[in-house]
Amino acid sequence: MQTDVTDQELTASRLGALAYDPAPESASLARLRERYGLFIDGAFTDPESHEQFATINPATEGVLAGVAQASHDDVDRAVASARLAYDTVWSATTGAERAKYLFRIARLIQERARELAVVETLDNGKPIRESRDIDIPLAAAHFFYYAGWADKLEHAGFGAHPAPLGVAGQIIPWNFPLLMAAWKLAPALAAGNTCVLKPAETTPLSALVLAEILQQAELPAGVVNIVTGDGSTGAALVAHPGVDKIAFTGSTEVGRLIQQRVAERGTHLTLELGGKGANIVFDDAPIDEMIEGIIDGIFFNQGHVCCAGSRLLVQENIADEVLRRLVRRVEQLRVGDPLDKNTDVGAINSLAQLEKIRELSDVGEREGATRYTSSCALPEHGYWFAPTVFADVAQSHRIAQEEIFGPVLSVLTFRTPEEAVAKANNTKYGLACGVWSEKGSRTLWVAERLRAGVIWSNTYNRFDPTSPFGGVRESGFGREGGRHGLEGYLDV
Amino acid sequence: MVEVSASPLRLVTELDHGVRMPDASRLPTIDSEAQLRALLTSLSGVDAVGAEARAAKLATRSIKQSSKMAALELAISMVDLTTLEGADTSARVASMCAKALRPDPHDARVPSVAAVCVYPDLVAPARAALGDAAVAVASVATAFPSGRASMGVKLADVREALAAGADEIDMVIDRGAFLAGRLGQVYDEVVAVKDACGPAHLKVILETGELVTYDNVRRASWLAMLGGADFIKTSTGKVPVAATTPVALVMLEAVRDFAESTGLLVGVKVAGGIRSAKDAIRYLVLVNETVGSTWLTPALFRFGASSLLNDLLMQRTKQLRGAYVRPDEFSAD
Amino acid sequence: MSEHRLEIRKTYKLLINGAFVRSESGRSYEVTTASGRFWANVAQGSRKDLRDAVRAARAAQAPWWGASAYNRGQVLYRLAEMAEARRDELAEHVAAAEDASAPEAAASVARSIDRIVWYAGWTDKVTQVLGGANPVAGPFFNFSLPVPSGVVAVVAPQASSLEGFVDTVLAPLAVGNTVVVVASERRPTPALLLAEMSATSDLPAGVLNVIAGITSELAPTLASHEDIDGLDLQGAGGLTGELATSAAGSIKRVLRPVDEVYDASTTRRLRAFVETATVWHTIGQ
Repeated sequence: MQTDVTDQELTASRLGALAYDPAPESASLARLRERYGLFIDGAFTDPESHEQFATINPATEGVLAGVAQASHDDVDRAVASARLAYDTVWSATTGAERAKYLFRIARLIQERARELAVVETLDNGKPIRESRDIDIPLAAAHFFYYAGWADKLEHAGFGAHPAPLGVAGQIIPWNFPLLMAAWKLAPALAAGNTCVLKPAETTPLSALVLAEILQQAELPAGVVNIVTGDGSTGAALVAHPGVDKIAFTGSTEVGRLIQQRVAERGTHLTLELGGKGANIVFDDAPIDEMIEGIIDGIFFNQGHVCCAGSRLLVQENIADEVLRRLVRRVEQLRVGDPLDKNTDVGAINSLAQLEKIRELSDVGEREGATRYTSSCALPEHGYWFAPTVFADVAQSHRIAQEEIFGPVLSVLTFRTPEEAVAKANNTKYGLACGVWSEKGSRTLWVAERLRAGVIWSNTYNRFDPTSPFGGVRESGFGREGGRHGLEGYLDV
Repeated sequence: MVEVSASPLRLVTELDHGVRMPDASRLPTIDSEAQLRALLTSLSGVDAVGAEARAAKLATRSIKQSSKMAALELAISMVDLTTLEGADTSARVASMCAKALRPDPHDARVPSVAAVCVYPDLVAPARAALGDAAVAVASVATAFPSGRASMGVKLADVREALAAGADEIDMVIDRGAFLAGRLGQVYDEVVAVKDACGPAHLKVILETGELVTYDNVRRASWLAMLGGADFIKTSTGKVPVAATTPVALVMLEAVRDFAESTGLLVGVKVAGGIRSAKDAIRYLVLVNETVGSTWLTPALFRFGASSLLNDLLMQRTKQLRGAYVRPDEFSAD
Repeated sequence: MSEHRLEIRKTYKLLINGAFVRSESGRSYEVTTASGRFWANVAQGSRKDLRDAVRAARAAQAPWWGASAYNRGQVLYRLAEMAEARRDELAEHVAAAEDASAPEAAASVARSIDRIVWYAGWTDKVTQVLGGANPVAGPFFNFSLPVPSGVVAVVAPQASSLEGFVDTVLAPLAVGNTVVVVASERRPTPALLLAEMSATSDLPAGVLNVIAGITSELAPTLASHEDIDGLDLQGAGGLTGELATSAAGSIKRVLRPVDEVYDASTTRRLRAFVETATVWHTIGQ
């Protein structure tokens, strides 16, 4: 006889009852120095010679290390070093040799993978499972991929002799620190440029370990320079007349300022900015994988992803069922110590970001959306936000239009494919979307009409060095990854 | 000597959002093949890439110390210790039954396994060897493993096993009929076998390796449950592809949805190719995160295995002693 | 203490299905340096060895193509690592085989290793360069992809013992084919060394099979064997015409000998052994 529930005491089967004791990766693997200088002309400068600021672990609020604040003069020196290296060394280096440097860097990242993963988790707050399984392997893969272009640029579809631009100034965000450094450096170097990289203020450490790797790879001095600091360092780099190309990933607000700043000079520019990605779910979606995909879309990396699926557009006839399963699944998310290998959702990167997420969530409630927040316990110290879902969101609500950049999902409904497309496109952004359906023709029909640079079908947040990534409209212009990713670093 | 952990699995949080059971339970009636087909084809499809990714991600869950001990002992108590060889004899079966009762010759605190699993003509010696012990005797039946025989032969197989003292019947579905679309026939066979079982507990083997697609696994799971299965089981262990974590995931999702739809709890048995404690714990994690605590019991989850038991014992002993142990310490059968 | 230490001489064996074996025929032959001095004993492959190699290559082809392009690139790059570590040994063999000076041989080996790196970097780019979406006139998503032909047989260049071997063998491997190659008849040892290195490069068994022996005896079997999809005749010399005619019997893709330049920036050898597969999918609500 099948077990009859009325014979059981339980009225609900609790998910997650099997206890996973903490399985923490050791912080000591990080081998952090107490203080760091800048990386200019192939060497670290003396930390003492700079104003220092602290970089902290957002999960504990503890100080990790002291990092140098690059001054205007430091930026000047870095650009000069990159220029000299370009003129005298790198532009004379054959593609085959450039390739081999990049292969070395890729290999070294693989070899120091565990250390890099721990550093990334400590500095950023993301779960170790993500830095170990996604960030670091993809960073290595990016160097491997572009290494293979360096000696065959004439086959990239940009002409027989595509030339580099010169010195590239590259400013990267805090959400995928090492991966963003790889996305910037690998294609630039493969194409023959030299670089000045400015890591984000709150996450400088993995870039500084990368600097050590560049030394181990014996990359010629000045080919890559790394200048840490706050917004003023980035501004100095953008304003510098000795830079031929600026590549920026960050918020649309800052991207706008940069574009204005370089407009007069005509510096080559690529921008990868914000987004408010729509995850569109049709009633014939594969239901269990779709729930996982929605979760991956917004809670991966605590929602600190420009291409996050932060708007769920669900077909109205399945909305209730989807919401019920979603809320159940959200309750299972393990929020806590990022170094614990069982953690699903880590810490918010900074207090500033946490406050912004809180503010917009309060707005969501005031606007009349129905709020579900996970009942998970949050640690006492550190910056934490419990995963949250807003249902009954209207297109005009601020939480449907503004990028929250946190673990907050807004749920809206639609009735027809056309309505789904219209709602998805009703945004000034255009970075990424998801489409869930088992009907291929409809998925392709929707994909053709979505104004987005990346469209994921029956999956979300998948990245590969061969696959071009970037946005349309106010999510920016230019592509990173793939053959297309070379274009931004060539004079073509 | 190190204390064995006696604490049961502890609940992490009180969750309101688990598997929601309706107030009353009811097995839906199926009046026609057309109705059955409509029901099965209306089930959601399974995206293979997504299902495999989810199973792989759950495999990274790390269990340490006190939870691991509890998990290992739970897994031991969930084993259906199995011998299904042409060369089986009464003596072989009796020896296995002794191990089933007391798996670890050096530690009487280790729980017995859930059941032994044998061919129908060895049920009697198994029953004799086990006496009144709480270990059940499960018999394969219905022309196991191929299922290629007439209904009459298959039912006779079941009745003989029951007459010899089997507590549980592990039947096979007719995969040929399923793949050819004769869903009504497959359903009728499950219903007939369930009827013949009486109070005995029925496990329905889907032979997922021959069904191949996850969509088929989902549909066959529902078909078996609608037919009255107490358990759905992955494999006979006699074809190259047996239990895998994504297949188990799909079956557990089906069981969850069936419970929410009908109020009936059906168990899941994974069989074939599960050799290590690490594998077993991966399955427990799947159960934990798909259907939850209610299913973390031998009444609703089983491992069909033979060599798995020794690896569970070895890992348990390693937990106690803090060193890797020698396989020879445990009996080979 | 003896002043003269007796060297242990190595016999060079064939690489078939991941194992280093003697010919089933039991034969070996003497390989000399370009100037006629004894160099090594090398297993002399037979038609049956080729038959075994083709069977292994066929079995290995689907998994090799089924691996990710990234993975294939990693494997080929590792082959470059292995070759780099043993470049002195390779140079010694190239020098002896081609009567090259030490610096010339070293330069040839360096170019060969860089060529392996070049091909390793192609694995995950061929699709982007040779494939693409096609704007058909109708509501269809249409895209073309290069897929490997399958099992490719190579008659390796006779004179260029390492560079030529690398260019003709790495190209079909990079695009996902498996390869059965007959090495240079008189200069096989650099190829057989590279075969050894491939065994420690995570290259799966059967993906690369290297047979040494008499070209005129072995090549006709490759040309007529119906379970071979492509044939590179770079080292066939005067036999080219009859081999190409024989290959026509099973409509093989045949690459006739081209200029003996093995470091040109051309996709010719990549394109020679791919097929273009085009897929249509309706677009509609």
